[in-house]
Amino acid sequence: MTPEKTPEKTPEPPPIDPDRRREIVRDSLAVAVATGAYGISFGAIGVSSGLNVAQTCALSLLVFTGASQFALVGVIAAGGTPLVGAASGLLLGVRNALYGLRLAPLLDWRGARRAGAAHLLIDESAAMSVTRETTAEARVGFLTTGVGIFVLWNLATLIGAIAGESIGDPRAYGLDAAVGGAFLALLWPRLDSPTHRATAVIAAAVALALIPLTPAGTPVLAAAVVALGLALRGSGPGGSGAGR
Amino acid sequence: MIWVAVISCGIGCYLLKLAGLSIPSRVLERPLVQRVADLLPVALLAALITVQVFSGGDGAHPRIVIDARLAGLAAAVVALLLRAPFLVVVIVAAATAALIRTV
Repeated sequence: MTPEKTPEKTPEPPPIDPDRRREIVRDSLAVAVATGAYGISFGAIGVSSGLNVAQTCALSLLVFTGASQFALVGVIAAGGTPLVGAASGLLLGVRNALYGLRLAPLLDWRGARRAGAAHLLIDESAAMSVTRETTAEARVGFLTTGVGIFVLWNLATLIGAIAGESIGDPRAYGLDAAVGGAFLALLWPRLDSPTHRATAVIAAAVALALIPLTPAGTPVLAAAVVALGLALRGSGPGGSGAGR
Repeated sequence: MIWVAVISCGIGCYLLKLAGLSIPSRVLERPLVQRVADLLPVALLAALITVQVFSGGDGAHPRIVIDARLAGLAAAVVALLLRAPFLVVVIVAAATAALIRTV
């Protein structure tokens, strides 16, 4: 809480208020549970797409980014070659690299910690950390969400791959709506300027238009490109351009 | 062949994530990159919400689906207007969608 002179090198971020930490952990776990449960769907779809249980589980362990995994099994299910599936998965994985534009300086990890944390960089862990004010808060949001989803997603994948979707549909509990609500709560305080509001509307419109035309993950990737385009258009608050 | 795809996709996706977290600070200090980094979370969250709420169909045939999720999102808006905390917003969204599906 006491502002100090920041030295050139900051090995450890300033500590985080315990109440604030608890709040971030709780919120992140809610997102982790709602998202992790979808591993059941992935497991069931993976096996019905022609992969065996081990391959389906390996995808969740090694690839660990939902849209890329669904893209890979989707291509195989549609009769495409596995390597084309892998290429589609990779293309969608590009958006995780783009999150780094914001997250690299915010999370501020080096060396082995960075290498370990990188595997947890997915939509949800980015969403739960990208809006935080400090490095400590961002790390708590990132790690709680990332580790929570990693554990639950892999467990759920195994269950789904073995038992199929008969185990229960996460939608029955409204879990699909929970994640949308969570992301809206994160976006809400950031709609504080005309530029941000215009960005949100354009990104949502682009994503909506692309949903029926492109594989899962592409609409979000396109939204990152929208942010790039709007940033290129000009820095002035009037230059946010609501059209082209 | 499936194993080759699984492992190569895993390695590639990991390297993309690591590259993101390894972007050097001199790149991040550029004004353009700063503007992108300012707008990126907003664009990302708006797109994620849209996909979460409207996407449907299956992997091979994705389509826009309007169902109980939209009601969940509307309930979340109301909760946010009433200044509800994060967890309440999430629960309200889930409960609204679940409730609508039971009727």
